[in-house]
Amino acid sequence: MSVEYINEVPAEKYSVLGLKREDFLWLLRKMCEMRKFEERVEKLFFEGQLIGPCHLYLGQEAVAAGIVKALDKEDFIISTYRGHGHAIARDVPLEALMAELFGRKTGTCKGLGGSMHSAMSVEHNILLASAIVGGGIPIAVGVGLALQYRRSSRIVAVLFGDGAVNTGAFHEALNLAAVWKLPVLFVCENNFYAFSVPHQKSFAGESIAARASAYGVKAYLADGNDVIAVYTSGKAAITHIRSGNGPAFIECRTYRKKGHGVYDKAEYRPKEEVQEWMKKDPIERFANNLMQLGIITRGDFEALNTEIEKALDACVEKAKAAPYLDFDELWKIVYAEEVARYG
Amino acid sequence: MVREISYAEALNEALREEMERDDRVIVFGEDVGVFGGVYKVTKGLLEKFGPERVRDTPISEAAIVGAAIGAALAGLRPVAEIMYMDFITIAMDQLVTHAAKIRFMSGGQVSLPMVVRTQYSLGRVHGCQHSQFLASWFLNVPGLKVVLPGTPKDAKGLLKSAIRSDDPVLFVESGVLYGWKGPVPEGEYLIPIGKADVKRKGSDLTIVAFSRTVREALAAADTLAAEGVDAEVVDLMTLNPMDVKTLVNSVKKTNRLLVADDSTKTGGISAEIISRIVEEAFDYLDAPPVRVNSPDLPVPFAQPLENQYLVNADKLCEAARRLMG
Repeated sequence: MSVEYINEVPAEKYSVLGLKREDFLWLLRKMCEMRKFEERVEKLFFEGQLIGPCHLYLGQEAVAAGIVKALDKEDFIISTYRGHGHAIARDVPLEALMAELFGRKTGTCKGLGGSMHSAMSVEHNILLASAIVGGGIPIAVGVGLALQYRRSSRIVAVLFGDGAVNTGAFHEALNLAAVWKLPVLFVCENNFYAFSVPHQKSFAGESIAARASAYGVKAYLADGNDVIAVYTSGKAAITHIRSGNGPAFIECRTYRKKGHGVYDKAEYRPKEEVQEWMKKDPIERFANNLMQLGIITRGDFEALNTEIEKALDACVEKAKAAPYLDFDELWKIVYAEEVARYG
Repeated sequence: MVREISYAEALNEALREEMERDDRVIVFGEDVGVFGGVYKVTKGLLEKFGPERVRDTPISEAAIVGAAIGAALAGLRPVAEIMYMDFITIAMDQLVTHAAKIRFMSGGQVSLPMVVRTQYSLGRVHGCQHSQFLASWFLNVPGLKVVLPGTPKDAKGLLKSAIRSDDPVLFVESGVLYGWKGPVPEGEYLIPIGKADVKRKGSDLTIVAFSRTVREALAAADTLAAEGVDAEVVDLMTLNPMDVKTLVNSVKKTNRLLVADDSTKTGGISAEIISRIVEEAFDYLDAPPVRVNSPDLPVPFAQPLENQYLVNADKLCEAARRLMG
């Protein structure tokens, strides 16, 4: 099996995608929400208002927006510790996400998860956000197994980074999904760094997509900084899966605007490389295309961002005012069935 | 008269009955399908329930446990098999850091009704990579239930309860017991998880045992009875959550505690049991508690060496005599 390449889609080709004006506006809004949310979170960390591990989605917005747009709302998602963007794309309320980062009981996980699990919202069909690199991949295979067993038309998409493709779990899971022809969409957000280690120092193959292809999985390699390329690859992959052909894999090539975690200055990345990628900012690119097509004006774009900033002000205030869960409640959550307390 | 079937057959019956009862129950693992499981616990299930419900997997322990987690998240009740408990180490991230945590870290949004069956082959001349009894590791994993059946009857009733549990269960079988036949009632019965069972009533000392050591403890109690020592044998059955109350009640009656534990001695299950008894029944103890464990060594292969390594009835009798003396 060969890898299918999906490159940047120029504005003049937008008319043939079957997307309407509101679809383009939705994509833009979601990406702006992710960007503004993460910028606010970063600020709150630097002010000392937020604590704990946190991994920003800045720069990768096109992946979550494009993939979630290509999925149906009923399809399941398995997310990661860099999951705020996935949750925002799935319309998890910013208020619940922010409250989770503050550890409050009004958060998506009642404050028991924190940033790394905050994307988990079963109500929005996000079944898991794992903080173990590669850990969610075999679990997605199990979700796919259940869907196949039930002859469901739903699929499951699992998102993970380039670091995850070197874990054993990745290989075991990809192989199993392929052998059993399960309805799983694997989405690798290749941001070229596993924490500080560059991709080329930890990966000797031709590409991550080619590695997936070697398992007998239909593979795509998409421009992950172009939301329309991501969406297009997602649609093609999902059509493949829903036709009963088994799993598909998309490598989305993207780049973190910032470090691995919120405090990481990412000084291990060459300046020239960073500058090259910053020219390909997914939001700037997409917004410019929409302006070129007359779908939005610069003023609309600025107004959208202002509106989001205001909404975030309210989210932060509400989160800070919300209570923490009572410690006693923990005993009711650890098991579904009641057990005696000890310790 | 109650019929007698083997521990492995009893487990097989539990799987059959639960699969018949509930189409959410599916079984997968290495060699569980066509081959019927290396120790025949899944024998005949493929023929009866078909390849969608009984699946052979590649040798991929992390994916096996991960797939069970995902299937449970999506509404099934999977029973995954890890062929030897030694191989659970390959799936530890999935079991410990995912299965046991997902409900908690999500704030209770989900539950994970899944069973991971495995067995330890201590006592079967399997060498140190196929004999490890690692159950004590899971004492430090809240969120997981750990069940250790010691008789054919319990094996069936506990496995049925494990499959019906809404929480992830690590179900640890003793390989040496698979061929052991014992009374197993016909028809439906359940044995609750989280309850210890007094297997033999006695008044002079309490022997706490679990899994493989239950049979040894019962044999020891017979020998001791002939010497005029009346031992009570309490089968812990569930490691987590631990039924300390039943243990405490027994010790309050007998005033002496002996623990028969296949864990290596340092940090073994017996350490926890003795701590709990000391915490809750110290004043009732007439002598310091005693434990008989595997020594702090890997399991040797050579049969005479393994025999010296094992907790057995003779060692338990000797310890009981010291405790009574």
